[in-house]
Amino acid sequence: MARTTRPLPAERQLVERVLDAWDRHEALELRGGGTKHFYGEAPRGAVLDLRPLRGVIDYEPTELVVTARCGEPLAEIEALLAEQDQHLAFEPPHFAAGGTVGGMVAAGLAGPARAAAGALRDHVLGVRLLNGRGEILRFGGQVMKNVAGYDVSRLLAGSLGILGIMLEVSLKVLPLPAAVETLGFELPEAEALQRLRAWASRPLPVNASAWHEGRLWVRLAGAQAAVRTAAAALGGQRLDRDEAALWWAAVRDHRHPFFRLDDEALAAGTSLWRLSLPPAAPVLELPGAGFIEWGGAQRWLRSSAPGEAVRQAAQRAGGHATWVRGLARDVGVFTPPSAVTMQLHRRLKDAFDPHRLFNPGRLFPDL
Amino acid sequence: MKQDPERRASGDRATLRREVLAALRAVVPAHILLSRDEQAVPFECDGLTAYRTVPLVVALPEDEAQVAAILRCCHALRVPVVARGAGTGLSGGALPHERGVTLSLARLDRVLGVDPLACTAAVQCGVRNIAISEAAAPHGLYYAPDPSSQIACTIGGNVAENAGGVHCLKYGLTLHNVLRVRGYTVEGEAIEFGAEAYDVPGLDLLALLVGSEGMLAVATEITVRLVPKPQAARCILASFADVEAAGAAVAEVIAAGIVPAGLEMMDKPMTAAVEDFVQAGYDLDAAAILLCESDGTPEEVDEEIGRMVAVLEAAGATRFEISRSEAERLKFWSGRKNAFPASGRISPDYLCMDSTIPRRRIAEMLRCIADMEARYGLRCCNVFHAGDGNLHPMILFDASDPGQLQRAERFGADILETSVMLGGTITGEHGVGVEKLNSMCVQFSLEEREQMLRVKHAFDPGSLLNPGKVIPTLNRCAEYGRMTVRGGRLPHAELARF
Repeated sequence: MARTTRPLPAERQLVERVLDAWDRHEALELRGGGTKHFYGEAPRGAVLDLRPLRGVIDYEPTELVVTARCGEPLAEIEALLAEQDQHLAFEPPHFAAGGTVGGMVAAGLAGPARAAAGALRDHVLGVRLLNGRGEILRFGGQVMKNVAGYDVSRLLAGSLGILGIMLEVSLKVLPLPAAVETLGFELPEAEALQRLRAWASRPLPVNASAWHEGRLWVRLAGAQAAVRTAAAALGGQRLDRDEAALWWAAVRDHRHPFFRLDDEALAAGTSLWRLSLPPAAPVLELPGAGFIEWGGAQRWLRSSAPGEAVRQAAQRAGGHATWVRGLARDVGVFTPPSAVTMQLHRRLKDAFDPHRLFNPGRLFPDL
Repeated sequence: MKQDPERRASGDRATLRREVLAALRAVVPAHILLSRDEQAVPFECDGLTAYRTVPLVVALPEDEAQVAAILRCCHALRVPVVARGAGTGLSGGALPHERGVTLSLARLDRVLGVDPLACTAAVQCGVRNIAISEAAAPHGLYYAPDPSSQIACTIGGNVAENAGGVHCLKYGLTLHNVLRVRGYTVEGEAIEFGAEAYDVPGLDLLALLVGSEGMLAVATEITVRLVPKPQAARCILASFADVEAAGAAVAEVIAAGIVPAGLEMMDKPMTAAVEDFVQAGYDLDAAAILLCESDGTPEEVDEEIGRMVAVLEAAGATRFEISRSEAERLKFWSGRKNAFPASGRISPDYLCMDSTIPRRRIAEMLRCIADMEARYGLRCCNVFHAGDGNLHPMILFDASDPGQLQRAERFGADILETSVMLGGTITGEHGVGVEKLNSMCVQFSLEEREQMLRVKHAFDPGSLLNPGKVIPTLNRCAEYGRMTVRGGRLPHAELARF
């Protein structure tokens, strides 16, 4: 990454803003497009709009790396990559129009391809960070392999902005698969889970999976020959490609009706939960409706069960439950980590943002 | 008699050893402790043999409870602890501390279980890298990261270094293949990083732990992701008449939308050295050879090999061989995998460097290295993980000739600094350890290094875990700056700065 770049005027203004907030003991809510405003604990503090920090700094398709400023719209990056038949393989959710690259990395979320392509953090190569002392720092870089110093850039993925402002991010990109095919199967939940695990241990180009109300969707992606052979081997019903693409995007962005809570559902006390479980975990006995992704590792739940019950069931299965949306809740958004891990969170917060300026309370209420 | 920690830090070594030993014997069995110099000498260095220090005490715990007890004891005494796996690291990350305990974790070597449904294996930290794949093989699964030292190196060491291998471009580094680490804090408290689920609530501390060179916590149990063994794999051996064309061919393969399972490059001197060692039938006239591998279903591999050949041909490859059998594929790889011992045969000593640069600058880097060979009066063979721009130049020297080691080290530092200038990094997979402390001063600013130190202190406020590694002190960087900026000019003033 650029070693001698001077801060842009807009970046110098940001440094001033951070130092000023420090002087005035003021909290700052870091915001990009606001498309994931619903995610995490309620934001607090004066809004710091990072959208003016736009632009792609470097994109060399043969290096499989793109470097952009935090305010660059996600949709524009994706369009730029698509021109070169490349993409962000972790399939980041948009939820709504206007999301930014910085917001995407801070939220750390991945879409249906996550089980095959890896998490967002697996694709982060480097960052330029403005910390809570008003210092601009670079970690990582623009190359695939880099073990110089601690991997601070990947720590920032999914940190919900509590450690600093990511001014620039370098991301690994990959070629678009030559062939994509979606297959549909009629299967009850337990059998679908079993089938998914059996497929995962075979060399098949399974790129995404989803189960809902007795139907399993499986997306194959890869070389023409591999997809053709796998589609023939798995059977099922082949779906129209364009329709399937729209369907996966609706799942990714929570536009599928399962993820929407209308007034009636809200009034009935229904919440949407995200359960992250070991993929081979059995069917959980919880009231409500389910939607399974990632070969069993991500299970969405619409339920009016008490938060504690949902959380305990997830923890018993070796995972955790995140409250995503609803009207009221009796627990925090995220499962609190163990005491020793929580202490490390507090010390790391102090290490980057000693005056607790950035997104206070957004990840955990007392952080 | 109790001593305060300050006096203990400065007292004489024999007294300190007696005290530490007495305290450790109170909490762990005596047979797991080595304290006489002749017992501790085998632990005096890791794979970077130029640096040696005999540890105060070596502890060889046999279970996690002993690891915790040793850590608690050392923490109470304010004695440094250096965790060690198989000692195959190449940057001195496991170099002992002369007033510290070396915690050898090699006896924690049990495979705890392979779960074919979840595609995971849970192992103790001292399990060798290749033993994981051997345990998973009956299920048609394997552990993808394959550093050259995989028959000896341990998974705990791999986690500490974020080890790579020849298949990283497609399958990722250690970071991408480890799900969960159980370990102990410097205070000896149990802690979990990651999970068998794909994520955990809160900060991704696992991402920070992997590659932290034993400075943040001690890993004892690791759950890795296993992947299905590809049905087929074939390899292309392509010759090029000049290194520029070979470098360009690498970029062309990627530009064609291909992500090879492996994409490696050897220059002519390296090829000659390994051919002499393994007799694989390499083209000795080529200025550079590329090894380009495809894996997947047989149909997929045939299709991809066809596309790779077309791209390499258009990029000017002068000769091709495509493996026709598994035995032949392994023969193609035999030389590449033996680049280190082969270098050891043609020279009394060698220094293996490990930097990463953007792929498009490989040819430029090779020209710079050729200039340096003349300037430092030493030979250098080059072997690259070309697919991800990770270089392993082998600087050949004779340590018995005074001055050669120093010249070799300056040569190496020059390669690292040139890599930074070309937009890369001083280490791709071997770690900083003690070897690249000076080069860290070049890659990172004072503020960046201080931020890393604050991260270190968040985990280890007293700097007891592997102290003195990875992050150079302010004084060291100031000293290094005076030494290397000759007449106020940086080396290679002609290169554009990035």
